[in-house]
Order: sequence, then C-alpha cells, then structure tokens
Amino acid sequence: MLSLYGKIFRTGTLTERVPRPVRDEAVEREGEKLKAIVGKRFQGSLAIRQVDAGSCNGCELEIHALNNVYYDIERFGVHFVASPRHADVLLVTGPVSRHMQAPLKRVYEATADPKWVIAVGDCAACGGEFGVSYASCGAVANVLPVDGVIPGCPPMPIDLLRGLLALFSPRR
Amino acid sequence: MNDSDSSRLETIHAKGGEGFSSLCLQLAQQHIDAHAVDPGPLPPATYLELEAAGWGLAGQLACQQGMRWAAAWAEDVGDGLALMACLEIAGSYLILQTALPAEHPELPSQAPYYWAAGRVERSIHDLFGVCFTDHPDPKRWTRHQAWDEKTHPLRKSFPVAGFPLAETPPDSDYPFFKAHGASVYEIPVGPIHAGIIEPGHFRFQAIGETVLHLEERLGYVHKGIEKIAEGRDPGELARLAGRVSGDTTVGHTWAACMAMERAARLEIPPRAAYIRGILAERERIINDLWDLGSLCNDVGFGFGYYQFGRLRELWLRENLTTFGHRLLMDRIVPGGVMVDITDEAADCMRNSAVSLRQELGELARTLDANSSLEDRFLGTGMLPVETAAALGAVGYVGRASGQTFDVRKDAPYPPYDRLNVRVASENQGDVSSRFWVRYKELRAALRLIEEMLGDLPTGALSTPWQTPQEGAKGFAAVEGWRGEIVCYVSFDQNGRIRRYYPRDPSVINWPALEKIALNNLVPDFPVCNKSMNASYSGHDL
Ligand code: SF4
Repeated sequence: MLSLYGKIFRTGTLTERVPRPVRDEAVEREGEKLKAIVGKRFQGSLAIRQVDAGSCNGCELEIHALNNVYYDIERFGVHFVASPRHADVLLVTGPVSRHMQAPLKRVYEATADPKWVIAVGDCAACGGEFGVSYASCGAVANVLPVDGVIPGCPPMPIDLLRGLLALFSPRR
Repeated sequence: MNDSDSSRLETIHAKGGEGFSSLCLQLAQQHIDAHAVDPGPLPPATYLELEAAGWGLAGQLACQQGMRWAAAWAEDVGDGLALMACLEIAGSYLILQTALPAEHPELPSQAPYYWAAGRVERSIHDLFGVCFTDHPDPKRWTRHQAWDEKTHPLRKSFPVAGFPLAETPPDSDYPFFKAHGASVYEIPVGPIHAGIIEPGHFRFQAIGETVLHLEERLGYVHKGIEKIAEGRDPGELARLAGRVSGDTTVGHTWAACMAMERAARLEIPPRAAYIRGILAERERIINDLWDLGSLCNDVGFGFGYYQFGRLRELWLRENLTTFGHRLLMDRIVPGGVMVDITDEAADCMRNSAVSLRQELGELARTLDANSSLEDRFLGTGMLPVETAAALGAVGYVGRASGQTFDVRKDAPYPPYDRLNVRVASENQGDVSSRFWVRYKELRAALRLIEEMLGDLPTGALSTPWQTPQEGAKGFAAVEGWRGEIVCYVSFDQNGRIRRYYPRDPSVINWPALEKIALNNLVPDFPVCNKSMNASYSGHDL
C-alpha cells in the first residue's frame, strides 16, 4: 500500500494547466477577495450553518445556487455544514416565525463562540413582506444579536458573496 | 382548440354537472336542505349551499361519486362563519358552502371520507374555532404555542398583532403516535434539518433500518399569511401571493390575480395570458431541473447534481436578463403582467429551449444507463395508484402514480385553452416514476414555451383595474409546477381584500409522504422526501 502511495506521490500531478475559461468576472473578483479574508481570519475555512426561520424558501434557492458550478463558493474556503456546532456563521433567512423562535435560539446557543449571525433577505433584515404579527417575530434582530445584513428579495448569489465580504472585511 | 377537443370538454363538463345535480338530489332524499346557486358567485365553479348538518353526508356522497376533494377554507363574514369545500370531477369544480354561527360553530367532518380533508379541517379548527364533531384525528395542526386554544387568529375580532409572549415556548407536548415493543425505536428529526432546507418535524418509528411508521408535524413556518392579506389592495396581495412559496412565485401570483380578476369581472389581454404562461412554464422548468439534480445528489450521484444545476443557473440568468428577476417574482400583476417580451428576447428563449432539449437528451442517456441510480430509485418510496387516488394526489406526485389530472388540460384557462398540452404520466409510483415524470414534464414545458412564443398575440400587457363590489368573490385553479393551486379571495367595501386563501398542492400531497416512507430504509427517507418535494411554507402559510 505504502509503495503505491509513494509511487503516486513521486509521480506528482502531470495534468497540464489549461487556460482559465472566461467566467463571470464579478464573481471571480469578489470571490478572490473573500478567499483572502477567509484565509487570514479563518485559517482558510469558513463554516456556515444556514437556518430557515420562516422564509418563503426563495432565499434558500439562491443560497443553494452558491454551490452550483458557476459560483462554487467552496473554492473560496466557504462551506456549508450540517451542525451549528461546526459553524462560524449562522445564515438566517425569513421573518422569524413564532413557532421557530425557540428552535432558532437553541441553534444559536449550540453554535460555539466566536460566532456571527447574518440576516439574509429582506424578511430577515426588516420583516419584509410579513412584518411582525401574531405568528411572526419579524426581523432576525428581534430574536438574536445580528452582525450583518444582506438585503434583497431574495439576494442574488453575487449579493450573498458581497455581503459575506463586507462583514469580514477589515473595518475602515 | 380543435373540434374533438371542444366536444371532449363539453362532455366532461356535462358529466360534472350531472354529478353535482345528483349530489343535490341525494342530499334532498336524506332531508338535507341543499340548493345550487345559479349563476353562482364563484364561476366557473358550480356553487351549492347546504345546511351544516349535511356537511359530512355531502362528503360521503361526493366520495361515492368519485369526486376529488381539493380544498376547504372558512371565512369570518361578520355575523357568523362561512365554510367552503372545493370538489372536482372530470375537470369541473364544485364549491360546497355552509353557514355557521359565530358562537360554537360545529358540524360533521368530511375527513372520514376524504383523507386529504383531515389536516385542513384541523387547521380550520385552530384558526377559526370550527369544531368537526366526528373528525377521526382531532389534534391541533397549525397551532403550536403562539396562541392558545381558546383564541382563533382568523376571526376578525383577533388582532393581527395577536397576544404573543415575549418568547414563544417550543411545542414540546404534541401527542405523537407511539409504537411500543422490543426493538422498536423512535427517531425525531427536525424542525431544523441538516441541509439548506425548510423546517418541519418528522417522527419515525423504526425497527432496525426499516420505517414502521412516520408522522409529520408541520406548521413551523406559519407566518400569518392569510391574516396579513386582509386589508391589502390587489397589488399588495399579488406581492404577498408571490411569497407564499418562493419557488412557486409565478404559480401563486397567477392564482391570486386570476381569483381577483374573476371577482372584478376583468378580462386580461391575450398577450398578458401568453406571457403568464411562458413565465409559468419557465418556473416549471427551473424547478424540474433543480429537483432532478437534487434527486441525483441525494443518492450520491454528483454528476447529475452539477449538470442539472448548471442548466438551471443558465435559465435563472436568462430570467434576470429577460424579465428582470431570477425567480420571476412580481412579474404578474392584477390585470396582466408588467414585463413584455421583445422579439430579440423571444429569439434568445427559443435558442435556450433548443439547447436545453439537446442537453437533456444527452443527460437522459447517461442517467438511463446508470445502474447505481436505477438501484436507488427503482422500487423506492412506492405510492400505489389506489393510495394516490384515495388521497387525490396532485401534480407530478399524482401523475407518477397514474392520477393524470392537470388543470392546464382538464380545466384549461388562457392561454392553455388554445395550446396543445401534453400530460406526462407513469403508474409505477416509485421515486423512479417521479423522477422520469419530471423529466417528461420538463420536455413538455419546452414545447409549450415554443408554441407560445410562436403564437404570441400582439396588444396590451394589462387591463386597468376595476374595483369590485363589496363582497365580490373569486375562485381560481391553476397548474403550478407542483400541481393544482386553488385560490379564493373576497373583497370588502373599500375594494380591499377581506379573505385570501391559497391552497398549495403540498397541502394535498404531504400526507402521501407518510405512506411513501413505510417499509423503506430510514436512510432512503431523504430521497423519498425529495422525490415529492412538498413545500413547507406553502403548506404552513
Ligand atoms: S426575502 Fe423574499 S425571498 Fe427571502 S424569504 Fe423573504 S420573501 Fe422570501
């Protein structure tokens, strides 16, 4: 077995580099900046736990899109994790429905410090179309301390990249 | 529409009419006061008023006649409540209506005859305080702990703000079904799941790896949509409808606008109808691509996930350049649409349809030849034809189990009344059937888009809004990408919304998942769930 790995190791990567295809330049630009910050502040790996606290699911669709081949956010060191215990960042969407208030707080408590909460979408930012009612607590900030906001209904993948970047860029 | 199509439609409508009049007759024989209102207030549906005592019996008789139960909703009309149920047979809709007193409203349930009515009636109980006397499972449904059992949020006397505690306690004492015995164990899952997905709770009883019983507990994303709809103007309601379920923004906005337009007796221009159709088919395609990819992903077939995801992103980007929004939110407005299609945009869309069709053909061959995919999909998550029929399963879940109903074909509305709608169906009822039905629907949607682009009428994009009379009501059924969406609206004296009820197809289909999961492996549950992809938000409202 060891000799096999040794052989692989000695052979190295022989694949020739192909010229980079032209891609969405804004994504590349923002992504590279994000990668630099993730490298510096998070040892190259930023773990996100997404929590839908009452959204219409529109925001989730665009968050998912970050993983498609056009954005491929993992190449910038950002990845989505299954447990809040592994997360640096909680990406919370939706107005917080009253039925999700307790579960959301539990997720927050389960996330290790230091942690950041980002409210994604107009609903999470300010209550959006749903506001505060008998069934909705409105903005995420009404339930948890919020560190950053990414508005939009829903924010597009590029807005999500920029929002992450803005939150973690060194303050001027 | 050709001659054979129109004669076919005439016969099915006649059949519907016959069914309804015999229902009236049978109710009369049982001494139930029932009469058809003609012309009814909710065209094109037939409208039947009956006394509350006959509600359950009407359900029983309708079930015997093979009618499908599609929806029920209540409305606070000031001096009491109105309760309505929507049935369908052969493409004709019937609305049953009964009046109930504001104090102690109670009547016999339709749930003993219609499985789909069970949760809907429980929800009406939670939100209006209507008691269904012989309901087989009268537990709370939409209510968790955000309001108490004595108050009912959709009563007009209940304030929008409600009476919330600073912190709503978790719903920890819900009476789940329990199984006892050696080696039976329970797995609670959710409300927060491991992926990027909406919240809901699943309670499994399992033996070893096998699911013995599954109970769903939904309502976590109940955010008061019906309540906050009240008092909105038509434009504001359209915006809200577009957020009932983010992936069905076109479907729900269309349904709400159609219901409002019918209440206001407003005709939309033909060009607007065609553009609505194009938007709806694009929404179908984007969701079909997403689900096909996600199904591949759920069985570890990354290739499919990335390929379908790539195609989907291309269409999302085309949505943005052509219509100004990736998910197509707020493009449909009361009276018509707010976006036009230029000749240039039409050419681009035609080209994308051609290239998507070609790529799909290529992918289908690869997928079809992949035995690991077949191994995970075939025979997994069975929904037998009879079970689907008993539930009245709609959309692709129904069509993968032999239930061919499609509003676009069976109760067509413009522009589909002029198009050649092909309805894909399968009858094996497993994950594989649901996968391939989606694939076929996708291809059919591409054809429809090409047909609509080829025939796009000229003219205005919208008709100016006319304020409807006080008490005006509207009913609509449209085929969203998940299946039939039913919508009811009524107006107050200021031309604002008095009541809005959207019935997402998920409301009907969710119970099927409890059956689909039975006797499957617990680790196959994600792919079973994904193959249905019901909406939580659209269900919880
Ligand atoms: S911001 Fe828009 S897309 Fe996001 S949850 Fe709210 S309504 Fe849905």
